[in-house]
Amino acid sequence: MNEMGVNPLVVSHLSRNFGGVRAIDDVSLELKPGERRAIIGTNGAGKTTLFNVVNGQIPPSSGEIHIFGQNATKRPLHARAALGLGRTFQITSLFRSLTVIDNMIIAVQALHPCHFVFWRRAQRYRDVTARAEALLEKWNLADRRNELVKNLSYGTQRQLEIVMALAGEPRLLLLDEPMAGLSAAETHLATDIIVNLDRDITVLLIEHDLAAAFSIADSITAMDQGRIVAEGTPDEIRKESSLQKIYARGGATNS
Amino acid sequence: MTFWIINTLNGLSLAMILFLLAAGLTLIFGLMHIINMAHGSFYLLGGYIAITAIRLTGGFIFGAIVAVIAIAVIGAIIQRLFLARLYKQEMRQALLTLGLLFIVADIAFFTWGGDPLLVPQPPLLQGAVHFWGIVYPLYRVFLIGCGLVIAFCLWAFLERTTLGAIVRAGMDDEEMVRGLGINVPLVFTGIFALGAALAALGGVLGGPLLGMFPGADFEVVLLAFVVVTVGGLGSIRGAFLGSLLVGLVDNFGNAWFPQLSLFTIFVPMVIVLALKPTGLMGRV
Amino acid sequence: MNRTSIYAGIFVAIAAVLGAVLSPYDTGLLTQMLIYGIFAMSLDLLLGYTGMPSLGHAAYFGLSGYAAAILTLKLGWGFALAAPAGLLVAVVAAALFHLLALRTAHSYYLMITLAFSQVLWSVAVSWTELTGGDNGLPGVKRPDLGAWLPWSFATTRGFFYFVLIIFVVAAFALYIFVKSPFGYALRGIRDNEMRMRALGYNVWAYKFTVAMVSAFFAGLAGELYMYLNSFISPSSLSVTVSAQVLMMILVGSVGTLFGPVLGAGIFVLLQYVLSTYTDRWLFVIGLIYVGVALYAPEGAFGLIRDRMRTKRSARP
Repeated sequence: MNEMGVNPLVVSHLSRNFGGVRAIDDVSLELKPGERRAIIGTNGAGKTTLFNVVNGQIPPSSGEIHIFGQNATKRPLHARAALGLGRTFQITSLFRSLTVIDNMIIAVQALHPCHFVFWRRAQRYRDVTARAEALLEKWNLADRRNELVKNLSYGTQRQLEIVMALAGEPRLLLLDEPMAGLSAAETHLATDIIVNLDRDITVLLIEHDLAAAFSIADSITAMDQGRIVAEGTPDEIRKESSLQKIYARGGATNS
Repeated sequence: MTFWIINTLNGLSLAMILFLLAAGLTLIFGLMHIINMAHGSFYLLGGYIAITAIRLTGGFIFGAIVAVIAIAVIGAIIQRLFLARLYKQEMRQALLTLGLLFIVADIAFFTWGGDPLLVPQPPLLQGAVHFWGIVYPLYRVFLIGCGLVIAFCLWAFLERTTLGAIVRAGMDDEEMVRGLGINVPLVFTGIFALGAALAALGGVLGGPLLGMFPGADFEVVLLAFVVVTVGGLGSIRGAFLGSLLVGLVDNFGNAWFPQLSLFTIFVPMVIVLALKPTGLMGRV
Repeated sequence: MNRTSIYAGIFVAIAAVLGAVLSPYDTGLLTQMLIYGIFAMSLDLLLGYTGMPSLGHAAYFGLSGYAAAILTLKLGWGFALAAPAGLLVAVVAAALFHLLALRTAHSYYLMITLAFSQVLWSVAVSWTELTGGDNGLPGVKRPDLGAWLPWSFATTRGFFYFVLIIFVVAAFALYIFVKSPFGYALRGIRDNEMRMRALGYNVWAYKFTVAMVSAFFAGLAGELYMYLNSFISPSSLSVTVSAQVLMMILVGSVGTLFGPVLGAGIFVLLQYVLSTYTDRWLFVIGLIYVGVALYAPEGAFGLIRDRMRTKRSARP
C-alpha cells in the first residue's frame, strides 16, 4: 500500500459497558500494515464485543478507533466498509435464499458506483459480474455458482463467508472465528485461504482453535475479562505462564 | 375548568379500556413474539357474548363472567390448535390471527347484526356522581377504578408470584426457562388465554360506553397497537403509560379537532418514537 | 429476445385480444385485475423483495385516489395536473411516514403500517367537507388524452386499453427495478440486513427509497381505480383492501413480479364467482389467510420456482 507508515487499525482506550458489566475495558491495539493478528481468550473475554465495536455494530462507551488514519469512532457501520474494512461473522451470515453468484454480485457491487442504480439491469455492469465470477474462480467455488446458498454444506458456506468479505477489496479484514464448527479437513482448507491472502491485507481474527490461531498469526493478543493480558509473537505467548492459568480457569476452549 | 376535568376523566376511562387490550397484546408479544391481530376479536366477542348472556339472565356480573371465561377458553384453543404449530414463525402467526379477525368479524356480523349494541349498564352503577359542581356518570368512575385495580393485580402477579417470575424470565430468555424444566407450552397457553380474557373484559366493561358494532374490533385493536408502540412492546408498565397517553390525547383530540379524528393520536406516537424508537419502556 | 420478453409479449397479446372480445362487464373485471396487479406488485417490492411486511398498503392506494379526486373536484385541476399531484401526495406521505417507521424495530412495522392506514381511513370518514365522509366523492370524469391516445376512455373498453398501456409500462419499469443493482441490494436486505451493512450498504436509504417507489405504484393503481369507477370512498383506505392486496401476493407468490399479478387475477375471479353464491366475503378472506398461514406461506408459485431452480443447479 502506498500509505506507508499509516497503521490500518489503531484502537485506543476502548471500553464498552452493558448495564453494569464492562465487556471491554480500556483496550488499546495497533496493527501494522500486512500484520496477521489473532485475539485469543476464553468465552466472555470480550473478543466479540471488541470486534463489534471496531466494526461499528455497537458504539463504544469511551475510547477511539482509527482505521487507516481516519477517526472512525462515530462513523456508522456501513461507512466503515468504504474505509477498507471488511468482516466475516461467527454465525454464517449469507443471503440464504439467493444463489452463490448473486451473493457475490451483491458483495462486489456494494462499493461500486452502481450500487444505488435502479434504472438499469445489474447484468449491464459487466465489471461487477466479471469480478464476482473471478473471485469464485479464484477460491474454487465456480462450480457452485448457481446453487442456492441454503443448500450448500456448512463448510462451503464458511468458505463463501470469507470470499464475500474479500469482494469489497478490504485492506483490513476482521475474521470472527472463521474455523467455528468446521471439520479438521475443512479447518485446513480455511487456514489455507487465510494464509494465502494477499499480504496487502491486514488481518485481525478471533480464533478459538489455538493451533489454527498460532499457525496463521504473526502476533497474538490475549484477552481476559475485557482486558488485554498479553501481547506478543506466537512463541512469546506460548511461554506466557499467566495464560495457562486463565485457560485452566476457563476450562478447555478448543471447541 | 369543567371541560378539562370531564375530558380528562373521559380520557382516563378510555385509557382503562385500552390498557386491558394492550396489556394482553404486550404480554403475548413479549413471551411468544406473536403480533395478535385477533385481539380486537376477543374484545368484540367478549362484548357481544356479555350482551347475550345479560339479556338471557339479566345479571351484569354473570354476563361478564360468562364472556370472560368463554373468550379465555377460545383463546386457549386458538393458541393450542394453531399458533403452537407455527412456533417462532412470526409472519405466519400474524397472518393467521389476521384471518381469524376476519372470520370472527363475519360471524359476529351474521349473529348480532350490523347495528351498534350497548352492553347494558349494571343498575347499581347507573346515575351520576356530583363533585365541584360537576355531574359525572358513575359508571365511568367505576371503570377507572376497575382499570386501576386490574393494573395493580397484573403488576402484583408479574412481580410477586412465582408464575409471574417465570413469565418475566421467559420474556428475557426462553431457552433458560425451558432449561429449568418448566412446562413452557402450558405457560404460553395460559398467558394467551389470560390476554384474551383481559381483552374480553375490556369489551364487557367498555361495552356500555363504546358499544359493539362491526368494525369496533379494528378500532380498538388499532388504538391498542398505538398504545404498545408508544409504550414499548413487551412491557406492562409501558402499556399502562401508553394507554394513559393515547386515551387522553384521543379524547382531547376528538374534542378539539373532530374532523381529524384518529389523526391526533399520531402526534404522541411521532414524538415518542422520534425520541425513543423502542417506545417509552421498550425492550425490543 | 429472451424468455421473459416472449412470455410478456404473449401475456399482453392475450390481454389485448380479450379486451376486444369480452363483454363490457368482463372487460371491467379484466381492468380491475390489471389495476390490482400493479397494486400487488407495488406491495411485493416491500414484502417480497425487501422483507418489510406492510399491513397498511391501502394508505397510498386510497390517498392518491383521494388527492386526485379532491384536486379535480374542489380545485378544478385537469388530469395532467391532478394525476401527477396525486402520485406525489402518496410518495410524500410514504416518505414522511417512513421517517418515523424506519426508526422503530422490525416488529413494529406491521402494527404501525396498519395504524397509519387506519388513521387516514378515519380522517376520510370524518372530514366530511373535504372527503364527502362515508358517501365518498363521486363524479370524477375519466381523463381524455386527445392527441396522445386518440380514443375515448368513457367506454369500458377504451379505458381498459389505457390501463393496459399503463400496466405494461409499470410492469416493465418494475422488472428493470428488481433486476437492477438496487433490486439486488433489496434482496440482500431481506435475507440479511446486518451483512449488508457490514458490506457497506446504507440499508436505511434503500428502505426509505423503496418505500417511496412502492407508494408511487400503489398510488398509480389507486388513481386508476378511482378513474375506473369515477368514484372514491373511505373503503379504498380500509384494512380490508390492505389485507386483500397482501393476500394476492401470498396466494400468487412472494418475491416475484408475475406471482402478484397472478394473485390479483385469481382474487378478482374469486370475488366475482363467490359474490354470486355468498355475501360472506370476509369469512372467505379469513379462511384463505388461515390456510395460507398454515400451509403455503411462500405462495404456490414461489415454491415451484424454488424447487425448479434447485433441480437445475443440482445437475453437474
